[in-house]
Amino acid sequence: MSGAPKPMTRAARRAARLDATAAHLSRLSVPQDSGWLGRARADALERLRTLGLPERRDEYWRFTDPSVLSAETAAPAEVFRITDEPVVFSDIDRLRIVFTDGEFDQQASDDLTAEGLEVTRLAEAAQADIHWAQDVYGKLEERGQQPVPRPLATLNSAMARDGVLIRATGKVARPVSLIYRRQKEAADMVLHHVIRVEPGAEMTLLENGPAAARYSIVTEACIGAGGMLHHVRTQGRDHARSGITHLFVRMDKAAGLKSFTLSANGRVLRNEAMIWLDGEGGSAHVAGAAMGDGDFHHDDTVFIDHAAPRCESRQVFKKVLRNGAVGVFQGKILVQRPAQLTDGYQISQSLLMDERSQFLAKPELEIYADDVKCSHGSTSGEIDADHLFYLRSRGVPEAEGKNLLVLAFLTEALEEIARDDLAEDVRSRLESWLGRHRH
Amino acid sequence: MLEINDLHVKLEEEDKAILKGLTLSVKAGTVHAIMGPNGSGKSTLAYVLSGRGGYQVTGGSAMLEGQELLDMEPEERAAAGLFLAFQYPVEIPGVGNMTFLRTAVNAQRKARGEEELSSGDFLKAVRAKARELKIDAEMLKRPVYVGFSGGEKKRNEILQMTMLEPRMCILDETDSGLDVDAMKLVSEGVNALRDAGRAFLVITHYQRLLDHIQPDVVHIMAEGRIIKSGGPDLALEVEQNGYADLLAEEGQKA
Ligand SMILES: Nc1ncnc2c1ncn2[C@@H]1O[C@H](COP(=O)(O)OP(=O)(O)O)[C@@H](O)[C@H]1O
Ligand SMILES: [Mg+2]
Repeated sequence: MSGAPKPMTRAARRAARLDATAAHLSRLSVPQDSGWLGRARADALERLRTLGLPERRDEYWRFTDPSVLSAETAAPAEVFRITDEPVVFSDIDRLRIVFTDGEFDQQASDDLTAEGLEVTRLAEAAQADIHWAQDVYGKLEERGQQPVPRPLATLNSAMARDGVLIRATGKVARPVSLIYRRQKEAADMVLHHVIRVEPGAEMTLLENGPAAARYSIVTEACIGAGGMLHHVRTQGRDHARSGITHLFVRMDKAAGLKSFTLSANGRVLRNEAMIWLDGEGGSAHVAGAAMGDGDFHHDDTVFIDHAAPRCESRQVFKKVLRNGAVGVFQGKILVQRPAQLTDGYQISQSLLMDERSQFLAKPELEIYADDVKCSHGSTSGEIDADHLFYLRSRGVPEAEGKNLLVLAFLTEALEEIARDDLAEDVRSRLESWLGRHRH
Repeated sequence: MLEINDLHVKLEEEDKAILKGLTLSVKAGTVHAIMGPNGSGKSTLAYVLSGRGGYQVTGGSAMLEGQELLDMEPEERAAAGLFLAFQYPVEIPGVGNMTFLRTAVNAQRKARGEEELSSGDFLKAVRAKARELKIDAEMLKRPVYVGFSGGEKKRNEILQMTMLEPRMCILDETDSGLDVDAMKLVSEGVNALRDAGRAFLVITHYQRLLDHIQPDVVHIMAEGRIIKSGGPDLALEVEQNGYADLLAEEGQKA
């Protein structure tokens, strides 16, 4: 007798997931390394076998379908070339580290020696028996499996073919710029970077470039006492790509982080950030401006863990969505019991340019300390008709007026970029994006 | 300059008529004042002329120098020379005053086929005009009207008018909320713009303003129509006796 299939039990579902994951892993060719990196990869694989790969029905993936990101192979996507404007950051004096189709490109890169910085390619560091990065590689990612598993980051720890290890020992003004170039249609890029900002040191990390048809980038960063990490990245314009990034940051006493991401288009793109404020008086800002046009799906998932007193955190996420684009924000502030006098702020807002576009938000606060200041807000709105009329009544054409209002909407996120020249550069990308419509 | 003929306007969303056959003719080089009780439709008239949404024109016309305003987009009306100083200027966080004003000036110039102003020339002009209106140049760096006092907003509206050099200027209760000194500054700003090729429609409740900006014609508006027009004396009459007598007179006619 055959009836309706029985619903699976939790245990059966888990077993099925782990079986599927094991089968998936058996078909991958994991890079072979000896030494500490080999061990880190083996650990990651082991972790992955117990975590399992993500599935659509996971609460954590409620708004974004992980299947494209976890599929064994990447679907080829047309290579997009920017010809109508200079590439972002081109006018900034910076140390350029180029990856082409996910592989370090020595010829295109600058000499990696720089005052106050120690820069090593992942593949080279792996040859060394001992390297400072071995205490970080895969370690923050492992810590980041709580409270929610992030198996795609673990997969990255196991599979990353390249990456860069950067140690800042002084205050370095010249940004380190990671440039992701792309030549192959089917490029599937898996990069893993490790950053260590020593106590009192400071550096700026830039990231840009079309990268690949699909990419996964994990960045693990430790910021020592009083250290500062600036991070500005753009994920631009090549619409067909999909990608996932994870930023894991552990912060010591009075450390500072300012991370800003500009995303323009992208079929499926998820940026996860997981920040641990472990030391007293730390300050973590994570911000993003996303602009989607058409079949765009953009997801920002942020978790900020206040473990120590007197820390400040700020999440500012703004999304402009048109032609049926979808924006997602999942953001959480966790304030642990010892984290008295926490100042936590979170805002996520979307500007919907039409009725077909949508914004899905899940803001969360979880607070165990009693003397804290935390606020969060999430809104979805349209262009304000009175504002637009006011601008038009002064002679500003409708389209230009809308652009001014869109930029105004994004301003709070842009203000999270500390350096004026970088902020200006990003702002001009936004302006040119506003002038282009895909439909 | 401005010829409004039998204008009928209702709210778009409701069946509520607001302007009910308004006729008004303003010649170049003149200043017309409109007075009238609250709710008589003065602001609606100003909005409809400048093209705000939410209203439906059910009849009549409004011509600016021979062009039908009601067929144009708001920005086209501005480029054609129409300007409204708002009764309640809006705050627009994130849009810088200067950026906005420069965009507006250049958009209008472009629409008229004129050369755009360089940022240097623009800055120089704004600074000079702001000084005359005693507007702090620092304030102009802020977003549009964010943190401006009521009086500062109104003065800034006049600054915009001065920069845009419109031919038909409508001032909707620009005097409300101004202290005596600010009123003088605003009036001086307006008077400096008076010339043979420009006209003004000044909506106000108070004779005070009309002491500074001498009108050629005064209209009384009630229930969506002009019920009486006359010389500057009419404003004095209203100031002394209120609208009651005029409204009663109008009631008898009906
Ligand atoms: N958008 C609107 N929605 C609802 N009522 C309106 C709207 N605009 C105007 N009105 C109504 O129309 C009438 C005229 O208003 P208004 O033009 O502001 O008068 P005034 O400026 O002479 O005081 C009032 O009764 C007002 O409530
Ligand atoms: Mg009014």
